[in-house]
Amino acid sequence: MSGIVVSERGPSVGGRAVRQASEWLPALVVFVLVVGAWEGLIRAFHVQQFLLPTPSAIVRTLWTDRHQLWPAGWYTFKEALGGFVIGSALGVAAATFVGRFKAAGNALMPIFIAANAVPIIAFAPIFNAWFNPISPNSKIAVAAVLCFLPVMVNTLRGFQSASPRQIELMRSYAASELEIWRRVRIPTALPFLFTALKVASVLSMIGAIVGEYFGGALNALGVLINSEASVFHFVTAWAGILVASVLGIALYAAVVLAERLVVRWSPQTRGS
Amino acid sequence: MSDAAPPVVRIDGVTKTFPQGNVTALQEIDLALAPGEFVSLIGPSGCGKSTLLRVIGDLIEPTAGTVTVNGKPARQARSDGDYGIVFQDAVLFDWRTVAKNIGLPLEMLGWDRAKRRARVEEMLELVELGGFADHHPWQLSGGMQQRVSIARALAFEPALLLMDEPFGALDEMTRERLNLELLSIWQQLGSTVVFVTHSISEAVFLSSRVVVMSPRPGRIAGTVPIDLPYPRAVETREAPRFFELVTEVRELLRTRGEHLLPEEEAAL
Repeated sequence: MSGIVVSERGPSVGGRAVRQASEWLPALVVFVLVVGAWEGLIRAFHVQQFLLPTPSAIVRTLWTDRHQLWPAGWYTFKEALGGFVIGSALGVAAATFVGRFKAAGNALMPIFIAANAVPIIAFAPIFNAWFNPISPNSKIAVAAVLCFLPVMVNTLRGFQSASPRQIELMRSYAASELEIWRRVRIPTALPFLFTALKVASVLSMIGAIVGEYFGGALNALGVLINSEASVFHFVTAWAGILVASVLGIALYAAVVLAERLVVRWSPQTRGS
Repeated sequence: MSDAAPPVVRIDGVTKTFPQGNVTALQEIDLALAPGEFVSLIGPSGCGKSTLLRVIGDLIEPTAGTVTVNGKPARQARSDGDYGIVFQDAVLFDWRTVAKNIGLPLEMLGWDRAKRRARVEEMLELVELGGFADHHPWQLSGGMQQRVSIARALAFEPALLLMDEPFGALDEMTRERLNLELLSIWQQLGSTVVFVTHSISEAVFLSSRVVVMSPRPGRIAGTVPIDLPYPRAVETREAPRFFELVTEVRELLRTRGEHLLPEEEAAL
């Protein structure tokens, strides 16, 4: 879609399905080839299970240990989700505050930028000490802290990207500051916010799992991966990683879906 | 102004200095616009013509002097929605459809939905974008976007239309076509227009009066009344009188623009 587009509607539904399938096909082929090569090479060279299990063994474990793996994954997912929601909400709130009050921005932004360079994950053991290490709260905290900064920085940039001309136009209508926020700054910031939320969705899962590596409830995925790996049950650890990946991708996909619903007007999200 | 009708815009001794760099953008500007006038402000860059437009619209506060719009202080006129404004780029909101962009000032004025829809429909017809109500701005060409912007500025029938180089970013052919459209809209609605431009021929073609400004500090160098009859058409640009007036404006720009930079001089 470029230039003057006369029709709003794209190709027919059937046409779109075919086109989307053809877009996905190369990636699917590569995926199948890689997994196939992985399986084939390990069988051909008799690589030992604990070094690298075959994909088929991992999938088999995913099924046989399903009553252990998926509840653990769900437990960790809920921690990640909690951190994602709390961290993102605080990020948006801080961006709004800093965007609204310039003095606050001048005071806080250097600190936020410096904090952004800190490897937050290093704090995981300390969060475990602050909260009860068995409780999910310490993991939620790690995930939330990880999500906060990218959301805050991106959303603020979004608020500040509002076109000065659009603001001038609103002022010509005698619009209040609140109306300028509602009708110009917030819509401008939405694509920035969703870009940040996509990053945060990935970070939240990392935060929760790494947090659990330093101790957590026995039915948590990070704890499970860690303990299975330490007793050389690498197949189970791999299956756990697969569960974590599936859930992480699901959260990411949910954000993408929300973006498509909310930022429907944007040429980018329309997939031009 | 010896006319009986009170002026739509009255500018008295307006001076504007910007503290950054100690620039005097406008010095002692006096100007009055009668109802229904089409006045162009022309001058080289830095002559303060856009600043003057913004002072009229109360988007910039003058350092000294007063601006009266419709007999009220400019601030009051702004909060009463007495003028519509069009910028060089269309300044449309990507997240709004064409119809909702045009309806934005009506929303701000608190019009109800049905009334808004009816007016937006009328405006779309006026700028000949009937079939594009539900399109988004990025689906339109530059010329179409600028027509949406004009429709938006006129939607609430302001007595005054402020235009800041509205066709400056468009190609010559689109520009000349929109010049004609603007004149026909102006004659239908009878509003007063302040039109900032770089183009001498555009200023002469559109205006009933051309105000020539000189830079550093921004002052009014002179005024050229344009006595070409309305309605004007493509042929107007080929009339001998048109060329005489273009020359008159150009001479005024040259003789009074002694502070011009060489490249600005060359551009004239």
